[in-house]
Amino acid sequence: MSLIRATDLTKTYANGGTPIDALRGVSFAIPPRAFACFVGPSGSGKSTLLNLVGCLDRPSAGSLHVADTDVGALDRHAAAVFRGRTLGFVFQDFNLIPVLTVFENVEYPLLLVQRWPAAERRKRVAEVLEAVGMLDQAGKRPDQLSGGQKQRVAVARALVVKPRLVLADEPTANLDTATATLVIDLMKHMRDTFDTTFVFSTHDPRVVSEAEQVFALRDGQIVDDGRSNAPATKEDSHVRS
Amino acid sequence: MSARDAAGAGPLVSLGSIFRIAARNLLRYRRRTLLTTLLVVIGVMSVLLFMALSGSFRALMVGQITDSMLGHLQVHRKGFLASVESLPLNMNMKPKLVERLEAELAARDDVAAFAPRLKFGAMFSNFTETSNIRITAVSPEREAIVVPLLPSRFAEGKPEGGLVVPGSILVPELLARGMKVKVGDEVVLVATNQDGSVNGRTFRVQGILESMTGPGGRDGYIHLDDARTLLRMKEPEVSEFAIRLKDPSRAMTFTKELDRELAEIKNPQGKPAFEVHGWQELTPFYNILRIIDIMTLAIQFVLVSIVLVSVMNVMMMAVFERVREIGTIAAIGTQPRTILALFLSEGLLLGLVGAGTGALLSVAVVFVLNTVKVAFSFGREDLVLAPTISPESVLVVAAVVVGVAVLASLQPAWKAARMDPNTALRHV
Repeated sequence: MSLIRATDLTKTYANGGTPIDALRGVSFAIPPRAFACFVGPSGSGKSTLLNLVGCLDRPSAGSLHVADTDVGALDRHAAAVFRGRTLGFVFQDFNLIPVLTVFENVEYPLLLVQRWPAAERRKRVAEVLEAVGMLDQAGKRPDQLSGGQKQRVAVARALVVKPRLVLADEPTANLDTATATLVIDLMKHMRDTFDTTFVFSTHDPRVVSEAEQVFALRDGQIVDDGRSNAPATKEDSHVRS
Repeated sequence: MSARDAAGAGPLVSLGSIFRIAARNLLRYRRRTLLTTLLVVIGVMSVLLFMALSGSFRALMVGQITDSMLGHLQVHRKGFLASVESLPLNMNMKPKLVERLEAELAARDDVAAFAPRLKFGAMFSNFTETSNIRITAVSPEREAIVVPLLPSRFAEGKPEGGLVVPGSILVPELLARGMKVKVGDEVVLVATNQDGSVNGRTFRVQGILESMTGPGGRDGYIHLDDARTLLRMKEPEVSEFAIRLKDPSRAMTFTKELDRELAEIKNPQGKPAFEVHGWQELTPFYNILRIIDIMTLAIQFVLVSIVLVSVMNVMMMAVFERVREIGTIAAIGTQPRTILALFLSEGLLLGLVGAGTGALLSVAVVFVLNTVKVAFSFGREDLVLAPTISPESVLVVAAVVVGVAVLASLQPAWKAARMDPNTALRHV
């Protein structure tokens, strides 16, 4: 059973009067608890693909099921609800809310999106901050943290709502090598700890080597670029064992 | 049901949480927030202080007219006011009607005092020149209660021994100057009575009265008994009753009430015997006051508009500068209505803090002005400004400003709530 299943997924943008195919008939599947990544050069369609999976955009054609939901059919409101309940996001620029402390940033989705009771909320925030090693920094504001610490907080914020899937768009792009490795290790550890699927995009070879499942994209299509091993199943193509 | 299951079906997001985040967002740009709040404070203070000062000035002006000349309202025999220019003696109230009216007025709690007046036209002579004069004959003791500021209109002479003692006359300033009459001079009044016969009588000038605007503003005053003698009245008639109310602000309402109730008293033709007029109907100054009121409203509108533009400007900037942040909170599942509430709360807080501070400072300034007692000259009078702000005015102005602040935030907040998260996240 796949957590994400895409079939002939197409996304076309209109640039002025000219249509641009960002994705052209992409098909893939990712099982639960995967640690998967999409690789490829700029413009290959990685971010577009993550946006579709994250319900931030809608496919032009094809079908896309995430956690048994046809996300292409969700309207604006339903997509927001789905994102809030099922998905977690980690952004390249961390995107923490600067006026909130570390604790409050992580608490935010529970408070304003899922509306957890206060006691449960505090317990859960402490739990994930502890897991990412940031509990001792809980009172700090984002501008008092290093890049690696910010990304740890971002991972905690993504995980706090107990999502089935965390999407990370170039999570290590703004980090040095050592920190990038630590963040990837953390994400993997979190996958093991919280049984959450992680899907991320990158063009950083150090990160790709850590992924258990790699999809190489070029010109809006999944290609066999020689970096993926034989598929584990017929459906789950491009899987590194 | 677990917390997760409850998500989306639970109560609205805690307002406290939204306000807390909104407050922090405002504090993020301290200088801009401070400047905007300052503009709101200045707007609220300007409106409230303008209302207090113009209200005080208005009350002083109205007080001068009602308390030195007209009274708060007047009752005449039906039809008198329509022919007031000719001061017809045949429109006077006869003793029975006077008695009935006095009983009606005495029975009303709103009435503080009332005074009878007899009005007529006469010839005024200083033995060398003769001119026309309008005379208001009064009962000095009762008149002094109904129009307590009348003594302040004495440009020359003094109200010693009574407002106007028998055998004396108070001469309007313009006539006195024109005919070179001074206090203590003897003058002659010649009047025609209802039968058409002419009678004259000598009076000593007790005082020269400063002129006022409106009917009665250029009248001479004599004692009521002298008038009845001059007009050879067989029975005590009255042209009008001037009435002073305990609460002057009820003048218009009480006038309508009294007019309605006195309409029950009919003349022999079966029509209402009396007509009741508030001071507003008796002086053209009221039209000027209404123009001032409209101008005041226009100024208030402009000041509130400044608040509107200021808050709208800062909220538009807030949205523009936080596009990626809006994209982030939308991406993680924040509902558009929550984003709308966050931005509206910022506008609401700006309005609440600005309006609250402005209201408090305005009350403080009014307190200081009343303590210092600012005086200015009005004619011969040194009037002391007594600005007041009613709690209702403070609440209304504060509520309007807060409402305007929220209204100003509506468009930027709507824009933020409708923002496409994908586009917003790519914003540079």
